[in-house]
Amino acid sequence: MTAYTATVTVRLKHGVLDPEAETTQQALERLGFDLEDLRSADRFEIDMEAADADDAADRAGEMADRLLANPTIHDYDVAVEETE
Amino acid sequence: MTVAVVRFGGSNCDRDAVRALERLGVDADIAWHEDGLPADTQGVVLPGGFSYGDYLRAGAMAAHSPIMDEVRDLAENGVPVLGVCNGAQISCETSMTPGAFTTNASARFQCEHVHLRVENADTPWTAAFDEGDVVQIPIAHGEGRFEIADEAYETLEREDRILFRYCDEDGNVTDDANPNGSRGNVAGILGESEHVAVMMPHPERASLPELGLTDGQGVLTAFA
Repeated sequence: MTAYTATVTVRLKHGVLDPEAETTQQALERLGFDLEDLRSADRFEIDMEAADADDAADRAGEMADRLLANPTIHDYDVAVEETE
Repeated sequence: MTVAVVRFGGSNCDRDAVRALERLGVDADIAWHEDGLPADTQGVVLPGGFSYGDYLRAGAMAAHSPIMDEVRDLAENGVPVLGVCNGAQISCETSMTPGAFTTNASARFQCEHVHLRVENADTPWTAAFDEGDVVQIPIAHGEGRFEIADEAYETLEREDRILFRYCDEDGNVTDDANPNGSRGNVAGILGESEHVAVMMPHPERASLPELGLTDGQGVLTAFA
């Protein structure tokens, strides 16, 4: 078994309204920043022991399917690295 | 009928629901989620509130509480289940009902009186009304915007599973009358069976005559 850190990034599907991101963008613009668009996402870093990177990615993906993401509104991706 | 009102950590409309049901002559009691449902449960209310502090997403944590397996089993056996506000969010997170209730278009918490148009009066939850009736049941939520995939939305419409839409006082379903940006102004829907319903407005807050509004009684009468 090897120690891995799986990073799950959960974001709203394209086209789903993101009022929090819009509010954040407006706040940045009020501060004088010039930006075209802003998207927000949730990132989860999960430490685990796994047989290999694929196993770690599979397990993190299942966590996203079952809890971390809501398939009605979210897409997610998983990145796995060996923990240093 | 004994109705179990499921209390999670952070539920806060549980006692209101019990009081409103008792006023209708319905035997109701609170069930702490860790204790499971009483054996004689013949109806379930998932009440409003902020279960688990709305961590992750509203309803996401409570949806995975073991008591929800019991609720789903009862629902599949024809026991009436009503999810209100946070209860609606929980129900959608468990997939007992389709879609999701997410952040209001305003990005604000909104506590206000709204009008609803009854879309289908041929259900236990709306039998007290006529189709097209305009009822007043208040909302209080930050995450009430109904989102659903196109195909699933078409299924809801085709199967006549939309209970209420936000409307103006004359029953017109307009963008201006949509408090939270919900798709199709949807305020309440049925699950796959008519025994399961969810809605963001609070019928238990519109059930006691001394508080003014009583249209919520029409919804809760399903348990009588």
